[in-house]
Amino acid sequence: MSLRIVVTVKYVPDATGDRHFADDLTVDRDDVDGLLSELDEYAVEQALQIAEDADDAEITVLTVGPEDAKDALRKALSMGADKAIHVEDDDLHGTDAIGTSLVLAKAIEKAGFDLVVSGMASTDGTAGIVPALLAERLGVPQVTLLSEVSVEDGVVKGRRDGDSASEQLEASLPAVVSVTDQSGEARYPSFKGIMVAKKKPVQSWDLSDLDIEADEVGLGGSWTKVDSATERPARTAGTIVKDEGEGGKQLAEFLAGQKFI
Amino acid sequence: MAEVLVYVDHVDGAVRKPTLELLTLARRIGEPVAVALGSGAENTAAALAEHGAVKVLTHDAAEYADYLVVPKVDALQAAYEAVSPAAVLVPSSAEGKEIAARLAVRIGSGIITDATDLEAGDEGPVATQSAFAASFTTKSRVAKGTPVITVKPNSAAVEAAPAAGAVEALAVAFSDKATGTKVTARTPRESTGRPELTEAAIVVSGGRGVNGAENFSIIENLADSLGAAVGASRAAVDAGWYPHTNQVGQTGKSVSPQLYIASGISGAIQHRAGMQTSKTIVAINKDAEAPIFDLVDYGVVGDLFDVVPQLTEEIKTRKG
Ligand SMILES: Cc1cc2nc3c(=O)[nH]c(=O)nc-3n(C[C@H](O)[C@H](O)[C@H](O)COP(=O)(O)OP(=O)(O)OC[C@H]3O[C@@H](n4cnc5c(N)ncnc54)[C@H](O)[C@@H]3O)c2cc1C
Ligand SMILES: Cc1cc2nc3c(=O)[nH]c(=O)nc-3n(C[C@H](O)[C@H](O)[C@H](O)COP(=O)(O)OP(=O)(O)OC[C@H]3O[C@@H](n4cnc5c(N)ncnc54)[C@H](O)[C@@H]3O)c2cc1C
Repeated sequence: MSLRIVVTVKYVPDATGDRHFADDLTVDRDDVDGLLSELDEYAVEQALQIAEDADDAEITVLTVGPEDAKDALRKALSMGADKAIHVEDDDLHGTDAIGTSLVLAKAIEKAGFDLVVSGMASTDGTAGIVPALLAERLGVPQVTLLSEVSVEDGVVKGRRDGDSASEQLEASLPAVVSVTDQSGEARYPSFKGIMVAKKKPVQSWDLSDLDIEADEVGLGGSWTKVDSATERPARTAGTIVKDEGEGGKQLAEFLAGQKFI
Repeated sequence: MAEVLVYVDHVDGAVRKPTLELLTLARRIGEPVAVALGSGAENTAAALAEHGAVKVLTHDAAEYADYLVVPKVDALQAAYEAVSPAAVLVPSSAEGKEIAARLAVRIGSGIITDATDLEAGDEGPVATQSAFAASFTTKSRVAKGTPVITVKPNSAAVEAAPAAGAVEALAVAFSDKATGTKVTARTPRESTGRPELTEAAIVVSGGRGVNGAENFSIIENLADSLGAAVGASRAAVDAGWYPHTNQVGQTGKSVSPQLYIASGISGAIQHRAGMQTSKTIVAINKDAEAPIFDLVDYGVVGDLFDVVPQLTEEIKTRKG
């Protein structure tokens, strides 16, 4: 029986660009190029490896995001995923984490799944809560923040490296997994992969396909409200000295002046 | 006055500092009621009472150690139902955020993660967050349900404020999902004797410029002369020179100490995301053009193998 894997991938503004907020205090996506969240590349990679180890598996990549978010799906398809689902609806603009997890969970249920693989966090919101929210909503085990993962005989196993201990975890499928950037470098799409990806199916769903009302999501339906966003004042230029033999001592003098010594 | 639930992060009864900070913030919006779970939960009461907890709800069961996250969510939900609080505050650890998130869905509430400050507001608590690698500061609140807010370490000063701290046993009935993810083995992390990275007042970090695991002793010696924690860039961690648990940055720890000293670190955006809110920033780098110098209060352009040992010696001399 085929192992159905859904990988959740987010389309985010490039972290090396000049990221900022739009007038309605949502992320400005027009001024900065978007891309597949780098931490979700690790999720795609682990899904591909799990699929390679399985007798028969199918990987669907899923995103909730605007038109351009298709780029994130294409990248994941070119890495080797089989098909894609794009949940796109004007009413989704400004959806928060609770709302995003609602939409993702409904889409995952509609697609059908044995295993959901997510990234450890997005590179824009960086909350790191969507995988746990998905497990809660789908009513399946969460096996999250894994630096090592494998699936065998309907059981997912992994290692979670926490602050106070490293833990070995185990759960029966269906389950939600999230993987960290310690799980192993993501492969680059090959030229062939990029060509093949163009022909792979991308389905588009809107809120009505998922039986979600407009007022359950978007800025209006959001469970949280951002009141203000202000740019951090640029740091005042610090003192910079060139080491000409006394650099360490000069630095010690500065630290003493600041009462750190 | 309204009660505010505070989830307690503790190790066998020893309360970790971020929880004490949470009690300070909780007192701004109500009366703190602490929830301590697992082995040693009752032993947390004295420290929690001293810092303002009017009540300490405790419960221990093997489930907390044997299964991932969900038993704790069940317990926090039981406390929520028993208290009907005005807000729920949880430390922003990886696990804390997952517990808070699942609770929020269950009780139909919004969640704010990684707050760096908290104030009472006309429409409920207002949380400060820092966004886009700390280049923006936002103020947000929860618009639906009971605010669930996770707070980063070092977001408030720990203040003593003695309160009753009466211990009460919490009644918890685990859900059928509680045992879904089994912890089959656990290897505790060895203590280095140095301060906890996220809680430390001073952090000394090394990057690719340190050029080898054996050279990290230079960084450690400086850290020890200042009573500091040791951090590392991802490049140093990926090279295997220092453990991943010490990584500072977007996918490592985020730190906000009084003093951050970066040696041989260029200052990539993902590194800055984890240290940009440090109060005083110092860098040592041989490349005068390194982006880290845009952030510093004091920078030394030079070879870390010269500057760092000299600095360490000078600190030791001054401290006598
Ligand atoms: C600076 C900033 C702060 C924010 N703070 C909050 C807040 O405090 N509370 C709140 O409710 N919302 C907040 N949001 C909104 C929130 O980021 C989005 O709703 C988001 O889609 C879900 O949270 P995340 O991006 O933090 O995801 P995380 O929980 O960090 O993401 C983990 C994983 O979930 C999956 N995932 C997340 N979003 C999507 C998606 N759209 N499509 C497919 N997969 C996805 C990916 O696999 C990802 O790796 C914030 C946004 C920004 C930009
Ligand atoms: C999704 C994602 C997440 C990431 N998360 C993190 C993260 O959490 N933390 C993190 O740190 N990075 C993270 N990174 C990596 C980040 O982009 C950088 O690659 C990394 O921070 C570089 O580390 P570095 O500054 O030590 O190395 P480099 O950029 O190579 O810089 C080394 C510096 O050392 C200086 N140097 C060399 N020799 C000496 C000497 N003898 N004396 C003085 N100076 C010297 C050089 O001039 C240079 O500036 C992430 C990247 C991605 C894509």
